[in-house]
Amino acid sequence: MRIDCKHVWQYISAYIDGDVDAALRAEIDKHLETCEICSAVLDSTRNVVVLVADDRVFELPAGFGNRLHARLDRELALSESP
Amino acid sequence: MTNVSNPETEGETIRRILAGEKHLFHALIRPCERAIYFLLFSLLRNEAEAEDAAQETAIKVYRKLHLFRGDSQFRTWVLSIARNEGLGRLRKSETRREDSLDALVDGEAGDFTPAILTSWREVPAETLERQELGKLLRDAIDGLPENYRNVVLLRDIEEMDVRETAIVLGITEGAVKVRLHRARALLQRNLAPKLKGFAPKGRNLFGWTR
Ligand SMILES: [Zn+2]
Repeated sequence: MRIDCKHVWQYISAYIDGDVDAALRAEIDKHLETCEICSAVLDSTRNVVVLVADDRVFELPAGFGNRLHARLDRELALSESP
Repeated sequence: MTNVSNPETEGETIRRILAGEKHLFHALIRPCERAIYFLLFSLLRNEAEAEDAAQETAIKVYRKLHLFRGDSQFRTWVLSIARNEGLGRLRKSETRREDSLDALVDGEAGDFTPAILTSWREVPAETLERQELGKLLRDAIDGLPENYRNVVLLRDIEEMDVRETAIVLGITEGAVKVRLHRARALLQRNLAPKLKGFAPKGRNLFGWTR
């Protein structure tokens, strides 16, 4: 049975994570060979996943680490061992 | 500054902290800082509040350190504490945005039709400045319903595995996968049309070639 585009979209996320079984992966791969739409959907979804993982997209507020460790220092100085 | 993130070093560091080398706690918590802050920011939607909650979380982790049993990863345990801290504050403040209502329950089908662009790879690059790109991505993630945002944060931003993510959020692994799928579909639909041309070029910048 040939799978259709909607069927592929359902598995895009699992496919990216390598979380589809071999048979389904083979079917999807075959579909992707001939379907430009699904190839573009897959590529763009992958790119979004890669881009959001970039550390520079989400940066801690300036001085965050210093303030955190200064507060921890005060806590540690006051405390018995946990 | 040394970071500890491998479980054996972690276990040994925890043992030494509990035995009195308190200062080692700084190095123990450092690899978790980012995830703590962004998980709390995702819940609280306010930088100052998230930072305060992150500090509170680190202190609670220190105080509860003797309770850590090592049956999950240390980071997983820490992030569960962070999440509880965040949820406690939300309950208190009642300023919680009801945005989680926008999220579908995990069983519902919903419409997750992707943005269709046949030309993802062919469109000439309009140069997106790094800052501009960062803002686009942050806004898109901020715009997700909370249930999806948390999953994206832990899975795709902090790169935790499905199991860890499920433990931190107190949901099943199946629910993690469903929410992640929807979140990525929503992000693709929102971002793909704006990011046309930002596709990897030349060198294998993003780790994938087709
Ligand atoms: Zn297709």
